[in-house]
Amino acid sequence: MDLIRLKNVSKRYKNGVTAIYDLNLSIKKGSFAFVIGGSGSGKSTFIKMLYREEKPTTGSIIVGGVNVAKLRNKKVYKLRRKLGIVFQDYRLLPKLNVYENVAFAMEVIGAKKDETRRKVLKALELVGLKNKIHNYPDQLSGGEQQRVAIARAIVNEPKLLLCDEPTGNLDPDRSIEIVKVLEEINKTCGTTVIMATHDKEIVNKMKKQVIVLKDGRLVKQQERGTYDEAF
Amino acid sequence: MKLFRMLGRSVRDAFKSVFRNFSLSLASISCITITLIIVAISILASFNVENFTKEIEKDMTIVVFVDNKVEEDQVKTIEKKIKKMANVESYVFKGKETVKEEMQKESDIFNTIMQDWDSESNPLKDTFQVKVKDIEKISKTANKIKKIEGVAVVRYGEGMVDQMVTAFKSIEKVAYGIVIALVVVTVFLIINTIKLTIFSRKREISIMRLVGASNFTIKTPFIVEGMILGLIGAIVPVCLVLFGYLAFYNHFDGYLFSELIQLIKPEPFIYLVSLMVVGIGMLVGMIGSASAVRKYLKV
Repeated sequence: MDLIRLKNVSKRYKNGVTAIYDLNLSIKKGSFAFVIGGSGSGKSTFIKMLYREEKPTTGSIIVGGVNVAKLRNKKVYKLRRKLGIVFQDYRLLPKLNVYENVAFAMEVIGAKKDETRRKVLKALELVGLKNKIHNYPDQLSGGEQQRVAIARAIVNEPKLLLCDEPTGNLDPDRSIEIVKVLEEINKTCGTTVIMATHDKEIVNKMKKQVIVLKDGRLVKQQERGTYDEAF
Repeated sequence: MKLFRMLGRSVRDAFKSVFRNFSLSLASISCITITLIIVAISILASFNVENFTKEIEKDMTIVVFVDNKVEEDQVKTIEKKIKKMANVESYVFKGKETVKEEMQKESDIFNTIMQDWDSESNPLKDTFQVKVKDIEKISKTANKIKKIEGVAVVRYGEGMVDQMVTAFKSIEKVAYGIVIALVVVTVFLIINTIKLTIFSRKREISIMRLVGASNFTIKTPFIVEGMILGLIGAIVPVCLVLFGYLAFYNHFDGYLFSELIQLIKPEPFIYLVSLMVVGIGMLVGMIGSASAVRKYLKV
């Protein structure tokens, strides 16, 4: 079953730059997909449209049965509750410790305290940070910070996890660790993971589905694909 | 339950924010305080003016003296005409015999003089005592009555009372003008305070949006913050109302200048005014923060 389906999607920014041209693709539930391509290929725009940070200029984007392209600003929060998002720059709150950073995602949607506690600890265990719940972000390494961000993204048990270059700031070893964590989440929770990256090594090592974008166009979509030099 | 949890969070965040940006909060709070002090004084004054003008109004009557030569039929016509006037609340007719009797009762001298008067030789006039609805139009109504055929003289408390009412009314208008200007300034200051809070919490807000906080959740802390600024700003003005008015009342024994101007009793008046002051403070804070949220928080 398709979790995501894009039909004739194009995106033209207000400054006249077109980031995506006539994109058609679908991604199955429970899959792990890399979105790859160089700078300016439209990876980030693609991810942003999935969580409705950007609206497509034309076409429809169905995420979990909802046409995100037509979602009104007021209703966006309902979509966001069903998905987790991870960024290159972690986006943690520096004044909150690890536990509070993850719990923040539960608190702002009005979850109960005991439920929050249970889920936060579970998420932190999954990313292997249960022993550092009282640390503050500046006391953690980059890889650990990113794992906190992943814990925050999955604490709400989303069906879809979007990652926009999550390993962009990390060395190769830490990058592999992060991707392994994502793979673990994909396997144990059945969460669909979509990860934008330009890290060849990771893509070739993991042998997952690849979606290749170049200059805003879909070049190929392949199961167990690799990062070809040609792109 | 969920709503209460969210509200609790909002209040907590709002308090934190007030103290985090304390210097700017203090500016807003002082401005609210000054505004509310003037608002409080205006309210106290206008209620008192209202009160004693009403007291005076109760006693204010137009006395219409009917010409002695007029026949009884025409007296009836005059009565009808007075009755028809829009501003006339009620009237009492007193024939000259009744007036004579009343005057006789009042003093012995009158009594001796008037004893010999019979209905023919009675030089007194038939009168109507007219009460009006709107005291400000009393002179107009009096003039209108005077023009009725057969009316000899019209008397009412012209002069002092008239001038006093107009003076108080114009003071009231000036006070309202000042209050409105101050409220506008305060609202702008609050908008700025909240704007700073919003900017200092941009990161937090963007994360809230990412993890699916509703607009209500994002906005409420800022609105509550504005209301808290209003509430804190109301503390001094409320004390002023509670203790200041009481002291003022006791100092003057409940009367201002003369027994004519009676002050309103402090209880429960001061509590009511305090409530109004707090309400206005919170409302102004809310208006300021709501417009800041609308302007700077694109959600």
